[in-house]
Amino acid sequence: MSAPLNNKRTQGWMGLKRGHRARPLEWVAEKLIFLVSLSAIITTLLIFVFITRESLPILFGQMDSSHQTLVIPVADMSKYSDKELSKYLDMPETDFKAMDAETRQLMMEVKAEATEERPSDKDAGINTASWRYLLMPHQWTGYDKSSYIWQPVSEIHKYNIVPLLVGSLKTTLVAMLFAVPLALGAAIYVSQLASNAAREWIKPIIEMLSGIPSVVMGFFALLVMATVLQDVFGYASRLNALVAGIALGFAIIPVVFTIAEDALTSVPRAFSQAALALGASRWKATWQIVLPAALPGVLAAVILGFGRAIGETMIVLMASGNASIMSFSPTDSTRTITATIAAELAETVFGSHHYRLLFMIGLLLFIVSFFSNLAGELIVHRLKKKLEGRA
Amino acid sequence: MNFATKKHDYESSIFSGLTAAAAWLIVAILAVILANITWYGLPGLSWNFIAGSTEKDMFNPDHASVMPMIFGTAALVILMTVMVVPVGVITAIYLTEYAHSSSPMTRFIRGAVNNLAGVPAIVFGLFGLGFFISFVGGGIDELFYGATAEPVWGKPAIIWAALTLATLTLPVVIVATEESLKAIPPGLREASLALGATKLETVVKIVLPQALPGILTGSILAVSRGAGEVAPILFTGAAYYMAHLPSKLTDQFMELGYHVFILSTQSPNIEQTRPILYATVLVLLLLTFALNVVAIAIRMRIRKKLRSLH
Amino acid sequence: MSAITNPLIETRDLRLFYGSTLALKGINVDIPERQVTAFIGPSGCGKSTLLRCYNRMNDLIDNVRIEGSIKIAGQDINSKDVDVIELRKQVGMVFQKSNPFPKTIYENVAYAPRLHGTKNKADLDAIVEESLRGAALWDEVKDRLGSSSLGLSGGQQQRLCIARAIAIKPQILLMDEPASALDPIATARIEELVRELKKEYTIVIVTHNMQQATRISDYTAFFYIGEMVEFNTTKRIFTNPAKQQTEDYVTGRFG
Repeated sequence: MSAPLNNKRTQGWMGLKRGHRARPLEWVAEKLIFLVSLSAIITTLLIFVFITRESLPILFGQMDSSHQTLVIPVADMSKYSDKELSKYLDMPETDFKAMDAETRQLMMEVKAEATEERPSDKDAGINTASWRYLLMPHQWTGYDKSSYIWQPVSEIHKYNIVPLLVGSLKTTLVAMLFAVPLALGAAIYVSQLASNAAREWIKPIIEMLSGIPSVVMGFFALLVMATVLQDVFGYASRLNALVAGIALGFAIIPVVFTIAEDALTSVPRAFSQAALALGASRWKATWQIVLPAALPGVLAAVILGFGRAIGETMIVLMASGNASIMSFSPTDSTRTITATIAAELAETVFGSHHYRLLFMIGLLLFIVSFFSNLAGELIVHRLKKKLEGRA
Repeated sequence: MNFATKKHDYESSIFSGLTAAAAWLIVAILAVILANITWYGLPGLSWNFIAGSTEKDMFNPDHASVMPMIFGTAALVILMTVMVVPVGVITAIYLTEYAHSSSPMTRFIRGAVNNLAGVPAIVFGLFGLGFFISFVGGGIDELFYGATAEPVWGKPAIIWAALTLATLTLPVVIVATEESLKAIPPGLREASLALGATKLETVVKIVLPQALPGILTGSILAVSRGAGEVAPILFTGAAYYMAHLPSKLTDQFMELGYHVFILSTQSPNIEQTRPILYATVLVLLLLTFALNVVAIAIRMRIRKKLRSLH
Repeated sequence: MSAITNPLIETRDLRLFYGSTLALKGINVDIPERQVTAFIGPSGCGKSTLLRCYNRMNDLIDNVRIEGSIKIAGQDINSKDVDVIELRKQVGMVFQKSNPFPKTIYENVAYAPRLHGTKNKADLDAIVEESLRGAALWDEVKDRLGSSSLGLSGGQQQRLCIARAIAIKPQILLMDEPASALDPIATARIEELVRELKKEYTIVIVTHNMQQATRISDYTAFFYIGEMVEFNTTKRIFTNPAKQQTEDYVTGRFG
C-alpha cells in the first residue's frame, strides 16, 4: 500500500481547536436563509397592512360621500386652515399641501361649480359612506320602501354592502350544496370501497379538476351551463346564483375531495377491519366507525371548501349576472363581494370613498378566509395529533 | 352453526353504488368540460391564430390571434418563476433543514405559509395595487421623478403583476419543495455530517440534488397556477389591447386568461366571437392543464421510486 | 475497570439528558488506542447514544444536554472552542443501516477528501483505490467505479460506507452495529475487515451480538440501562466477569 496522502498517523491533533467561529460562511449562509424564509410572514403582514391602510378611513367613518351644501368661495380661501380646505375638497391633507397656489385655486373653483350643480335630492347631504348606510336599509328617492341598495355609480352614491354579503353567501351555499355531497361521496368511495386499481386512477383524475383555471370554469358556465340550466328550469334570469353556484361547486370539489379523502384514508385500517370481523356490513363499518373517526378531517375539508368558494372571483364575475340587488332567491341575478371588487375597482378614482370601500370589503374577505383557513388548519392539526397518539 | 344462507347486503350495495356514482359523476363532468372545449376549440387553432399578430378588432375571427397573449403570459410567468422559486426553495430548506420543529418562529412561518395558501386571488390583486403599485411603484416615482410627474413605475405593469403572482404561488413552491426534502432519508444527511461536512455543504451537495425532481414539480405547479389566475392581474397590469408586445418591466401586457374573460364578457357579437373564444380557451387549457398533469405525473413517479428505495 | 495506559478517549462522569430524561447516568470509560473495543448490552441501554457522543452526532438532536467530559487525545471535545467539523474528520462513523449517497461508487468515496481540500484527480484516484482496498471492496468494484452505489448488495454497500469513512484517515472509527442488517456471510466479511482495520485505526464497535464481540474485540464494555456496568479485556468479560449482572447477560440469562 502506497503512503497515504492525508496521513494523520501522528500522535496528537492539529487544527481541532478552531471553534465555531472558524466557519463564517456557514454562519452568514444560515442567517441569510433564515431571513429569506421570513418572506411568508412578511408577505402576509404586508397584505394585511396595506389593504387595511386603504380601508382605514372608511372603517373609522372618516370618509364623507355626501354632496356639500356648504360652498367656500374662492375669495375666502385664506380664512380656512389647510385641514378644513382639504376636507372640503375631499382629498388627503398631504396631497393638498403638495399643490401650489394656482392648482389650489383651480380646485376650489371646480369644487364651487360642482357644488352649485349638486343634486337637489333629499338625500344629497347624507354621508352614505358611514356605517349606518353601509349596513342598514334606507328609503332612497325613487324607491317605494326602505331597501338595501349597492349602487356606487349614481349621483347619490349608495353603498349598502348587505346585497353583496347576501350574494356571496347565497352563491357559496349553492356551491356547497352541490359540491359537498359529491366530493364526500367520491372520497368515501375512493378511500374505502374502490378496488386498488380503480383508486390508482380515479383519485388523480378528480384532483385534475383543480388544474382547470377558474376563468375557464366561468367561461364554461357562461356559455354552456347557463343555457342548459335555463332550458331545464325555465327561470327568467339566464345568469344567476344557481349557475354561478354550480360552476363554483365544480371548482371546489377537488379541495373538499382531497382533504376528506386524506382524512378517511388516515383512519387506520385496523378500525374498519375490526368492525368487519365483528360481522358488520361494509356500509355499517364505514358509516358507523370510519366516518366518525374521520369527522374532524371531513369537517376541515368542508370549511376549507367554504373559504375557497367565498373567495372565488372569476366564476362569479362571469356567471352570476352581476345585478347588485338584494334577494334570497338563487335564480335571481346576483353580485358577490369578489365580483364587485373585480368589476368596479378599475373605474374608481384613487383614494375616493368608492375605492376605499372596495378595499374594505376586500379586507373583510381576507379576514373571513383567514379565519376559515385557521379553523380548518387547527382541526386537521388536532386530528393528526390524535391519530399519532393513537398509532 | 349455519353459514350457508347468504343474505344479499342491500344496504352496502346501494351505498357503494351511490358513492361510486358520485365519483364517476365528477369524472364525467371533467370529461364533458374537456370534450366540449376541445370539440369547439380545435377547429379554431390555425397557424395564423397562434402565431399572427392581433389587431384591435380582436373579436373578428379573421383578425384574431393569440400570439401576443401567449407572449404576455409567458413573459409574466417567467418573471414570476424567477422570483418565486428561489425564495420558496430557500424557505422550504430553512423549514426542513435548519429550523427547530418546536420553536414558535417555525410554527409562525408555517402558519403564514398555510394562511397565504388560502388568501383569495382578488385580495392578492388588491395587495398588488395597494402595495406594489401605490407604495413601491409610487415611491420609486417620487424618488426618481418627483411627486407630481407622470407615473412610470406607479401604474399597472408586468413587473407588478409578476410580483403579485409570485406572492400567490409562494405557498405552492414551498409545500412541494418541503415534501421532496422530507422524503430524503435522514441517514444520508447523517452520513454526510459524520464525514465532517458542514450543514450547508450537506444541503448543497447531498440534499438539494436529491430534491430537484420535487422542486421541478413545485415550479411547474406554480407556473400552471400563475398562467391561469386572472383576478390578481385585473388591475395590476393586464391590458385589454396593446399595440406592441411588452418590452420593458413597466409595460402592460395582454394575457391568455384575461383575454378569455374579455372575449366572454365584452364581445359585441358573442356568436361571431364564439369560435375564437373556444380556441383561446383551448390554448389556455393546453398550457395550464397540461402543465398540471405533467407535474402530477412527475410527482407520482417520484413517490413510486421512493417507495421502492426505502 | 482495567487500567488502560494512554487511553485515546477518556470519558468522565458523562451524563446525557434527552429533555428531562437521564439517558446516560455517569459513564466512566477509557478507550485504548489501536484496539477494538466493543460496547455490549441489551437494547436501549445507551451504547449507541454513548458512541454518538464521541463524534458529537447527538448535537443534531434537539433537547439533548451533556454534562461531564469526553477527552480525545487529551482535548475536551465538548468545549466551546472546538470545531466540530474538524472533530468529525478525525472521528469517523459507520452506521447500522448502510447509507451510501445516491451517487457513483467513486463519488461516494471521494466525497469527504474532496470536501476537505483534495482537488487533484490523480490524488483522488489514489485515495479511492486505497480506501476501497482497505475496505476489501476494490476487487469487486474496480471495473465499475462509475456505476451507482445503489446497485451494490447490502454487504457491499456497508463496505462502501466503511471505505467512505476511512478515505480521510480518521484516528478513530465508530461502528454502530455495522453488520446487524446483513446476512451471515456478509457479516463474516465485515468482521474480518474490522480485524484488519484495527492495525491502523482505533475502533469502537457497538454490537448486540455477543459472539461477534468475542470474535473481534480486544476490550469489552457492558452497559445496562444507561450505566456502564463493567469494562475489561474481552477474555475476562466473557470467561470471568467481576459483576453478577455481567455474568447473567453474557450467559444469556437475560437479553
